[in-house]
Amino acid sequence: MTQQNEPSLEGNKLPTSVTQVGIITRYEILNYFRSRRFFILLVITLLISGLLTFVVGYYGVSRIAGSPPQSIAFYGAWWGLASSLIIVFCAVFFGGDAISGEFQNKTGYFLVGNPIRRSSIYIGKWIAALIASLIIVGVFTAIMIGNGLYYFGANIPSQFGEAFLFTLVYLIAALGFTFFFSSLFKSSSYSILVTVILLLFGFSLIDTVVTNLVHIEPWFTLSYGSNIISNVFTVPYPPHVTTLSGFGGGGGRGPTLTEYIPTIPEGLAIMVIYFAITAILGLFLFEKKEFN
Amino acid sequence: MRKLPSIEAIGLSKAYGSFTALSDLNLKIEGAKCVGFLGPNGAGKTTTLKIFTDMIFATKGKALINGIVVHENKRLALEHCGALIESPEIYPSFTPHEALRMVAEIRGVPSSERSKRIDEAIAEVKMEEWKDKKVGKFSKGMKQRINIASSLLSEPDILILDEPTTGLDPRGQAEVRDIVKSLKKRSRLIFMSSHLLPEVSDVCDEVAMIDHGKLLVYDTLSNVTMKFSGDGGSNVVEIGLSKAVDDSTVAGSISRISGVTGVEKMDSRNLRIKFSGGVDAQERLLADLASMRIGMISFRASSSALEDTYLNLIKDTL
Repeated sequence: MTQQNEPSLEGNKLPTSVTQVGIITRYEILNYFRSRRFFILLVITLLISGLLTFVVGYYGVSRIAGSPPQSIAFYGAWWGLASSLIIVFCAVFFGGDAISGEFQNKTGYFLVGNPIRRSSIYIGKWIAALIASLIIVGVFTAIMIGNGLYYFGANIPSQFGEAFLFTLVYLIAALGFTFFFSSLFKSSSYSILVTVILLLFGFSLIDTVVTNLVHIEPWFTLSYGSNIISNVFTVPYPPHVTTLSGFGGGGGRGPTLTEYIPTIPEGLAIMVIYFAITAILGLFLFEKKEFN
Repeated sequence: MRKLPSIEAIGLSKAYGSFTALSDLNLKIEGAKCVGFLGPNGAGKTTTLKIFTDMIFATKGKALINGIVVHENKRLALEHCGALIESPEIYPSFTPHEALRMVAEIRGVPSSERSKRIDEAIAEVKMEEWKDKKVGKFSKGMKQRINIASSLLSEPDILILDEPTTGLDPRGQAEVRDIVKSLKKRSRLIFMSSHLLPEVSDVCDEVAMIDHGKLLVYDTLSNVTMKFSGDGGSNVVEIGLSKAVDDSTVAGSISRISGVTGVEKMDSRNLRIKFSGGVDAQERLLADLASMRIGMISFRASSSALEDTYLNLIKDTL
């Protein structure tokens, strides 16, 4: 036989890689909705928001917004208290096993054998995680603004706009970070555990230890950079370095404590660099990882 | 004129530390045919197929599909190639229809044809009743049917199948064999690993045997069995009859057919016939037996011949 009798695929036209990214994104979001993890996080977000609403309503708005109540204090307290936690939950829920799960559960075998670049799968899944997270953050924001409108009318401080943008940058960085660990491990449990520990406790612990024991600025942790989200509500913006001395009495001869506050450009740079490095490394690892 | 579908391994090697999973594999398969890929556990079969689908990467050498190096241009190389490697899992929350729609979109099946193609693929693997149920509730065999449907969806020129009947019940296995046979009729190139020698005998035209990462033989089924089965250069077919055959017919007219070197009665309705020559001789033998009107209802290359070949060539199980 020298030629095919029945040529196939006359009607098929392989989509571009960008289109394939969109396809992966759509089906990944469908998977989030179907697998209930999205709704579990939505319920957690509603519970946190509901609890804050209850606390403010029950104890009075002055309890968190000062006396007389100020909208900037209200937004600062609410957003500063819970937004970072919501971001960490989003990163872990949507990014923790996004890549490692493809290896552990063997779902990757269904996708990777198709004419699609691994980078399209990675980016598609990342965008899906970002969109799902934005919905969750949107719900949290809407409930907070609803409360703010009730107590303070349309008087939304400009600092909230900045904090919201910084939170989005933090979300992007946190998702890049979790995707990196998700690519690093083939076990979903390991990748989720490591990201939970680092994002919830690890970085904060490192910040404290490095600042108080080694007396250097912890510019290398993501949580340090994300502090600009809550600090922006302080007017004027707090100084970069504060040294407190004379603890423990003794005429000022006690230990000296140094507090580091990231400047806004520094905080943004830390988060952007975290995203860039972890996203590139995560993608590189996924490209090189073998399905064996 | 379209080029013949082809897959080619050039000096393909894969090592995991000091363990060599695949060693300098050179193999070119071209044209519409089904090639069985045989070897013991750990021989390098799945390793080879995974390199062809870019799931793992060769330490040395190249894997080409339709002349395109897979690792260098995966999208183009796999555009006309469907693959089923091991037993993939599908997102449990998806229905077969959704999972296949995702693959159809990735592979660029036109939106106007998508639903039709998906329905056809689902029908081909007999999963119509389940197409809108969640995959998470499916048995291993049902998932494997969907995986097979997924590999067929874009009507690829080339199919790479890694033990496709794994997890299927006997009926499912038979249905997969029928699918493979029908694909052969539609001028597809099928490269299929399997441990089931009767399955390979039934559907494959050629076999490649591999052991300890090295290719032992690649040839037509009849040539391989003739050379290595230990039947003295004979091929063997098994025929089934609708009625009992008497010894005089066996010893007389059947034994006297040109090329026949021996006839063995397995029971009153099944004969094992050794003959010399390749596919042409087999075709003549079939025609001669049919013309004798002895009630022949089946005629197939003996799987035991392939088994003998396999056992002669492959001495270890690991």
